[in-house]
Amino acid sequence: MTVATIFFTVLYYAAAAIFVVGMVVKIASFVRTPAPLKIPTPPAPTTTGGVLLRMLREIVLFQSLFKSNRWIWFLGILFHASLLLVLTRHLFGFLQPTWFWAVWVQTYFPYAGFVMVAALVGLWGRRFLVERIRYISTYSDHLMLALLVGIGASGLAMRFIEDTDLVTMKAFFIGLMSFDLQPLPVQLGLYIHLLLVALLMIVFPFSKLLHVPGVFFSPSRNQTDDPRAKRHLAPWAAKLEKT
Amino acid sequence: MTGPKKIEAPALRQSTAVAALQPDAMAGLKCYVANEKIQQAIGLPGKLAADWQETHDAAIAKMGELLGKYRSLKVFMDACVHCGACTDKCHYFIGTGDPKNMPVARQDLMRSVYRRYFTEAGKLFPDLVGARDLSKEVLDEWYTYYWQCSECRRCSVFCPFGIDTAEVTMAARHILDTVGYGQKYTNEIIGKVNNIGNNLGLSGPALQNTLEGLEEDLKEDTGLDIKFPLDVQGAEVLLITPSADFFAEPHIESLIGYGKVFHAAGISWTLSSHASEFGNFGLFNGDYEMMRKVALRVRKAALELGVKRIVVGECGHAWRVAYSFWNTLTGIGAGADDPFAVQLQSQLDHRYKQPAHICELTWDLIQQGRIKFDKSANDHRIITFHDSCNVARGSRMGDAPGGQFEIPRNIIRAVANKYVEMPQGTTREATFCCGGGGGLLTDELLELRVKGALPRMEALQQVVDQQGVNFMATICAICKAQFTKVLPYYNHKMSMVGGVHQLVSTAIRLGDK
Repeated sequence: MTVATIFFTVLYYAAAAIFVVGMVVKIASFVRTPAPLKIPTPPAPTTTGGVLLRMLREIVLFQSLFKSNRWIWFLGILFHASLLLVLTRHLFGFLQPTWFWAVWVQTYFPYAGFVMVAALVGLWGRRFLVERIRYISTYSDHLMLALLVGIGASGLAMRFIEDTDLVTMKAFFIGLMSFDLQPLPVQLGLYIHLLLVALLMIVFPFSKLLHVPGVFFSPSRNQTDDPRAKRHLAPWAAKLEKT
Repeated sequence: MTGPKKIEAPALRQSTAVAALQPDAMAGLKCYVANEKIQQAIGLPGKLAADWQETHDAAIAKMGELLGKYRSLKVFMDACVHCGACTDKCHYFIGTGDPKNMPVARQDLMRSVYRRYFTEAGKLFPDLVGARDLSKEVLDEWYTYYWQCSECRRCSVFCPFGIDTAEVTMAARHILDTVGYGQKYTNEIIGKVNNIGNNLGLSGPALQNTLEGLEEDLKEDTGLDIKFPLDVQGAEVLLITPSADFFAEPHIESLIGYGKVFHAAGISWTLSSHASEFGNFGLFNGDYEMMRKVALRVRKAALELGVKRIVVGECGHAWRVAYSFWNTLTGIGAGADDPFAVQLQSQLDHRYKQPAHICELTWDLIQQGRIKFDKSANDHRIITFHDSCNVARGSRMGDAPGGQFEIPRNIIRAVANKYVEMPQGTTREATFCCGGGGGLLTDELLELRVKGALPRMEALQQVVDQQGVNFMATICAICKAQFTKVLPYYNHKMSMVGGVHQLVSTAIRLGDK
């Protein structure tokens, strides 16, 4: 076992633990906190089915963002869609045997990673070029983009510059998941990539990446518009009627 | 002391391209703070504690409490990615260029404090994530800029996560209230509605007088006995309307319109001296209990008078409270199984929507053929419709989503021949606030109100120039008051604004049913 293997083993167990515990705690706090008033942004659906469709349009098509700003929408959807393809391809590294649709993605979208990095650079550019967005950008906004670009670029380097030993790497990750420690290939691009991904997992529950669970809990999007037909009462508000 | 600053309307923009930022352009405009008497009259601390630490701790504690009570606040504090989609959507930003009037920047005034006290990242690396301690300066900044938001929810329409700055503004104002830093205009009015029964402090006998005067005037005009009943036991309909309807122009024209509709349709109705106010400024402060207390007057009046239907007049934020919150707050609505709500709901006639907007009532009567119009009576008007923000983005009318846009327009088309729409992107769910909503309809904020009206005035100018529009109808007491004040700054007559029921009043046939 090399030092690198042990380091990344410990790092990934720690990162996974922080990610999972952090997200569970955060999501639990979203679930526990009541929405005392009906505040769906109209025109809002009046049925649960309608709400599901609305949420689907928001999550898959970024409907509200489309209404708002075509540039942000275009770059945003480009980034998220290519990220989804890239993540799907990564299933190769974790599954044995690999699902057929991951193979399908692998075959038809070999350059999704380039699109992802290009979209990120576009989004980053807005933080410099558009005065309003420059004004609202914090260091962490820039660092988050730097982190994602770093992950994308190192991943592309692994595939297109370094000849990464995928078989050994896969054995390492399957070993991680079955608590059977396996050696990691010695490759710089791989080390950088793994380091940055672990960092992303660690910061995820403490950063604006909480928009991922957050969008599902947004009362202005996930409530039905039926306040006259049904009485909606939060537990803490119901107590006011007892006094 | 310098004299009052002369307020000038900003020039209408040739394109909708956003102008350069004007940092701190509005930093000096702060509305009057409530004095001790006003604060204490509604159960709030009279003023800030002498010891800053005490205020600091109380504010942070309240923030923690609200984060545990409102999922909206909690999710909205965490979910923003600073994408910038909302940055050019606020009318106050468009009119003033002050970057702190961009929705995300306004939210960040609180989010920065949230991060510092309630997130690990902000506790460990404040500078990195834009977190900051709550200082007196920060609290002052909150007061300034959270009282430059009209809670119109336009930003929420365009946010990919539905983040609604109104929710953040309400939380900030609630916190400010509880540390003794309330706003004079709003808190004074809440005191009046609780103690006297309406926002304008009109007493029962004064209201009776006003209504009798109105009946006499109408008798002269029409020769008919059109009644404005007060406190009539057993009337079918209890009408709750903004108190400006009782005497302000053009509001009173709509009140006359409601009276004519009830008269023509033969529906028995009454106003209540105990609950003669539809407005609920508790909403502006984001204080659930304050809002509940104001709303409970309506419940009490409905129970006492034994009415079957509760109908409300032309008022924007009040319709939001009535439509979206009354069932929750007071049980005025349907579908409850708890004794508190059932007590009232079993009295109401559920063949009708409870509560109903006067526009829903009028439109139903039009569809049933129970009221008729001489549309040509409105021919001197070329009409457009301003969607009031809280009606458009805080409520609904009728059965289908978007009824709050269609029903008022349907009524206008039924009572008038000449109707035109303002440009797309300035109406319906994308409508611009009049510039005076959410507790900002106070004279010391006039500069903000004039500038905040810019996008609506641009849209209006377009239909004035191209289609000769001379009447902008709306269904909100604040919109009416705000436009009456602001239209002259943009070289329009103040009489250009009026209610939908003002148009109904002009055209309705009364004698010849």
